[in-house]
Amino acid sequence: MKPLVSRRGFLQASGALVVSFSLLSRTFETDAAETGLPGSLRTTPNLDAWLRIDADGGVTVFTGKVEIGQGVKTALIQIAAEELEVLPMNIQLVTADTARTPNEGYTAGSHSMQDSGTAIRNAAAQAREILIAEAARRWLLEPSQLKARSGQVVSENGHALKYAELVSGQTLHVTAQPQSKLKDPHNFAVMGTSMKRIDIPAKVTGGAAYVHDLRLPNMAHGRVVRPPSPAAQLIDVDTAIVERMPGVLKVVRDGRFLAVIAEGEWQAVQAMRKLGSLARWREQATLPAARDLSAVLQSLKAEDAVVADEKITASVARPARTVEATYTRPYQCHASVGPSCAVAHLENGSLTVWTHTQGVYPDRAAIAEMVKLPQDKVRCIHMEGAGCYGHNGADDAAADAALLARALPGRPVRVQWMREHEHAWEPYGPAMVTKVRATLSETGTVGSWNYELWSNTHTTRPGPAGNLLAAQHLATPFMPAAPTVRIAPEGSGDRNAVPLYAFPNEHVVWHFLRDMPLRVSALRALGAYMNVFSIESFMDELATAAAVDPVDFRLKHLQDPRAREVVAMAAQRFGWSSKALPVNRGRGFAFARYKNLAAYCALAVEVQVEPDSCRVRMRRAVAAVDSGEVVNPDGIRNQIEGGILQSMSWTLFEAVTFDDTRITSIDWSTYPILRFPSVPDSVDVHVIARPGEPFLGTGEAAQGPAAAAVANAIANATGKRLRDLPFTRERVRTAVTSAPT
Amino acid sequence: MALTLDINDQPHEVTADPQTPLLYVLRNDLQLNGAKFGCGLGQCGACTVVVDGEPVFSCVTPIMLLKGRKIVTVEGLGTVEAPGPVQQAFIEKQAAQCGYCIAGMMMRAHALLLKMPDPSPEHVRAALEPNLCRCGTHMRIVAAVARAGELMRGSAEATEAKSEAKSKS
Repeated sequence: MKPLVSRRGFLQASGALVVSFSLLSRTFETDAAETGLPGSLRTTPNLDAWLRIDADGGVTVFTGKVEIGQGVKTALIQIAAEELEVLPMNIQLVTADTARTPNEGYTAGSHSMQDSGTAIRNAAAQAREILIAEAARRWLLEPSQLKARSGQVVSENGHALKYAELVSGQTLHVTAQPQSKLKDPHNFAVMGTSMKRIDIPAKVTGGAAYVHDLRLPNMAHGRVVRPPSPAAQLIDVDTAIVERMPGVLKVVRDGRFLAVIAEGEWQAVQAMRKLGSLARWREQATLPAARDLSAVLQSLKAEDAVVADEKITASVARPARTVEATYTRPYQCHASVGPSCAVAHLENGSLTVWTHTQGVYPDRAAIAEMVKLPQDKVRCIHMEGAGCYGHNGADDAAADAALLARALPGRPVRVQWMREHEHAWEPYGPAMVTKVRATLSETGTVGSWNYELWSNTHTTRPGPAGNLLAAQHLATPFMPAAPTVRIAPEGSGDRNAVPLYAFPNEHVVWHFLRDMPLRVSALRALGAYMNVFSIESFMDELATAAAVDPVDFRLKHLQDPRAREVVAMAAQRFGWSSKALPVNRGRGFAFARYKNLAAYCALAVEVQVEPDSCRVRMRRAVAAVDSGEVVNPDGIRNQIEGGILQSMSWTLFEAVTFDDTRITSIDWSTYPILRFPSVPDSVDVHVIARPGEPFLGTGEAAQGPAAAAVANAIANATGKRLRDLPFTRERVRTAVTSAPT
Repeated sequence: MALTLDINDQPHEVTADPQTPLLYVLRNDLQLNGAKFGCGLGQCGACTVVVDGEPVFSCVTPIMLLKGRKIVTVEGLGTVEAPGPVQQAFIEKQAAQCGYCIAGMMMRAHALLLKMPDPSPEHVRAALEPNLCRCGTHMRIVAAVARAGELMRGSAEATEAKSEAKSKS
């Protein structure tokens, strides 16, 4: 395997060698280096921060991560149950809450199992051994003579003590050790099984499951009137009419932040509409030319950062030919099905915010700064929202609720974004351009690889108040933090920009764009979606040029045995062959290891391109995934299936649209996504179990490969290569009616 | 204005502006969580309920149209303790990721299965077209609807068998 880390980290920034870290990641990395503890024990080393055993024997597990539909609650309970030897049903799990749980930053980057899962696993194993040691002390036996079983410690000669009888207040108030006595995977009873998700029964029966369902006593309803365009300034608004409307409690105006609070929710909606109709705005044309986004991005001032630079001069075959291609991706929406929502309550100088943020601690820091309260006077409690897929409106809705709660002290205020708010104001996944140039030897191997990408940053998450939308709109606005380029193993816009393939000469550059014509931030997989789409499309272009089967071409350049295994398995289970398919059908293959350090995912798909409508439909997909140690196989399958279908939606349908002033994709008719008639006939996911290996994050592993597999299958079906996302009917029509290439 | 709504076989006296969309009355006045706000435009189906056997977008249906009509929400399909066949099927197939769209999916599926007890996957896809899922759980949703049909047919057969057995005895 290639030593990825060692050759990353170069920064070529107009002469200045300045590397900026966010405050958060600096803290994490410093601590990691200092303590050497596994997972998030690095930053929160006390065992009782992760789990507590009550006097009645109940176990409470704490995580700083949050459920965002990925099934993490169930998986974390499985881990704790396994190592602590208790039944899953006897475990209560508390998710991110600034008053109760460890600070694990954001639930992002497919990190929950690696960070929190690893911490909880080790904490539970160490707690189990502490309980065994305590029983051994009481019974004057050796710990090796004792076992933990079903919430008890038992001895060979029939002694038994329940955990609750062994534990006292301080028993688990100890610092974790670097090494834990982890269970042998062969003895797993709960991990490695497809335990049913604990959250689904409430969700299918109308139980309170989301922050949207939170109804606090005396709660009022807020709605925000957003400006009509990103740069619009509020000239004036006659609030008197709205203030007299039924149920209206208050109109709040601070700069261009305009909102209304009412007793009833529908009253708030009606008042919001009236207020919106009365507001007069001065709009400004600040948006770039949508029609030529690729040229716009390449014309912006760029700071060049070298992501990888590897040169081997010896014994490289003479290049026979050079192949080049350029790929583009538009701005794309997270587009949660449930618009963002939050509830906030200011009481006796303390602010509580219930939010579906991915990071309660950074969100608290941002909100505290915005409302000018010390952080210990602000508590953020996570409650689930609709799937977010990255940084959507969640934090901004929390900020809106905080501002409205401040305007109406003593009463909880619920803020629900409308559909157009989410579509028009969420930070988008950044538009990107990539250019690849490679040489092929006469024997069909890659001799050199040159890859450039143009992109903004892929994270403008809060931490600083200026990253909250409402804070930017206040009369005394908070300014967004200046974006900085940073090359790190996990990558950002450059995530997966370095192929996992063994190419002798590689040069990868991120043309980092500081100016952000549209508000952007983390969308699931960050740059990996576009980079893997580009690399894996190009691998097929190279395979075609070399006249080699695409799967064979990949295997030829792939050394990592686990990578080879998923590629081989996906091809085999799909029934990969070069046999001709019926007309208008094609097969496509793609592979990536997410971030080059998380889950491996290979994917083969078959698509049909309907000749008249030029509609592309995926008929079937077969994926193979290696997520390391498997906690919940069905959870992994669900994530990969979802990743394939979501990516197919991005790839076939999705682009944010705008004119020179306004965002024009503001609902599901102007921003169409996948609907059921386009759903494949079958999606099969094969999980390779790796007992004893570390957990590898899986939630974002399929998105990049799925995009490329679709592109490759369309090329196989039509003979035409599509390089500009999304592959709308119009683009497919243009391609298939163009002259042969 | 006071109005009586028949929801999940229970009469509910509601005092609200007659133009209020049903969704707001369900969620706030009646504190029912099942129907979700997704778009307020009838584009996504998160708010779907069943009225007189037909799937309806509750976010754009004013309550003044619903007098005397039978409204069913996901709460009317069963409970956590005793889930109905559609709910049981969605649990069995683990047909949810975030789950926000799922109650609406189940209501549209319920309406389909009332009319067509054994739909093909193509029928299911066509019927669910108005409802959006963003997590990509579609494959499981289609499978769960098929399974719900099986469970409903099974329980119908079981009921028939029971009543037949009774009539024989």
